[in-house]
Amino acid sequence: MINTIWLVLMGGGILVAAFQCLGLDYSSASGLVMNPSFEPLTTLTSGLFSSAKASVELALGLVGIMALWLGLMRIAEESGLVKIFARAVRPIMIRLFPEVPPEHPAMGAMVMNIAANMLGLGNAATPLGLKAMQELQKLNKVKDTATNAMATFMALNTSSVTFIPATIIGIRAAANASNPAEIIGPVILATGVSTTVAIIMIKFLQKLPKYKLEVPEATAIDEQGEI
Amino acid sequence: MFQGIINGVSAIAIPLLILAIVGHGWYKKVKVYEVFTEGAKEGFTVAVRIIPFLVAILVAIGAFRSSGALDLLTSLLAPLTSWIGMPGEVIPMALMRPLSGSGAMGIVSELINTYGADSMIARMAAVMEGSTETTFYILAVYFGSVGVKKTRHALPAALTADLAGIIAAVVVTQLVFG
Repeated sequence: MINTIWLVLMGGGILVAAFQCLGLDYSSASGLVMNPSFEPLTTLTSGLFSSAKASVELALGLVGIMALWLGLMRIAEESGLVKIFARAVRPIMIRLFPEVPPEHPAMGAMVMNIAANMLGLGNAATPLGLKAMQELQKLNKVKDTATNAMATFMALNTSSVTFIPATIIGIRAAANASNPAEIIGPVILATGVSTTVAIIMIKFLQKLPKYKLEVPEATAIDEQGEI
Repeated sequence: MFQGIINGVSAIAIPLLILAIVGHGWYKKVKVYEVFTEGAKEGFTVAVRIIPFLVAILVAIGAFRSSGALDLLTSLLAPLTSWIGMPGEVIPMALMRPLSGSGAMGIVSELINTYGADSMIARMAAVMEGSTETTFYILAVYFGSVGVKKTRHALPAALTADLAGIIAAVVVTQLVFG
């Protein structure tokens, strides 16, 4: 699916730009007029190069923040703070992630990430989420394929359980909204709907033959045991 | 008053969290400095590992947007979205939100500036901004960082949830502010 979407974005973009090069314009007075120019394609090309450059800058810009949160996370793990957090929401977590052992560090990392998301702490959420993925990958028997736990975690993450959408409130305040924070209620409702749908979909889809894990988990464990 | 509380929570949350982590570490006799640097070491490798995935996703989104394909899709969808009471001006926001965080942020700011922060259009876009996430970016980066290529049902489930979130944002905004 990701391959198709990527192809549509890339190919669709190039084809639309190429079509615009014809410069077709219709008006009742002069009928169909053609104004050919290469400008849409040259704009597209420079746009492609600048997005490629910007993505590397974005990744490198993450290095410092990643290091900060991964460092703090390590302290919280060693001191047992992560375990305390994880234990508090354990009943929910073991239902959402039955494949993950309750005491596994992945649970703690996921709880920290979801908490950061709820509070709208975007730049803390990403490093903690990547840490959680590393921990989940340790439990993965087929390293290039997502596990059920990973997919569930992704669904929770992308549907973004939010209580304080801090950034957008800030933008509204800057634009002199009469009550910048009034959107909090609607946001919590809408995010509740999307998170509920995300969990239902993920649990439903993981049972479909199309998405079933190719290597059943029991055999996978046996194979790993021999290595 | 409510606004003040929210701002306060945002301002205090991160310093308080760091203090709690470091303080609890000290209380449990963890060698905080050494352990911190040990964990921080991974920061660079993780950031570098996600580069190929970021380039792939952001370049494709850039092509789709700068070519005018996004505008074309918007005009095709307009008759459909008016059914659920979604103004045409908000469609680019709904389409951009799962693709690009900065792109969506740009659209919301533009809508707020054009129509005023208290207009239905700007409120609807703001609720969408707050209640959904940059699905493609998160999936690409998170799965990419651990080398997972077959993402199975993660994308279809996430996109369905996005659609539900966007429809919910439209309906709820109309009910609350309509």
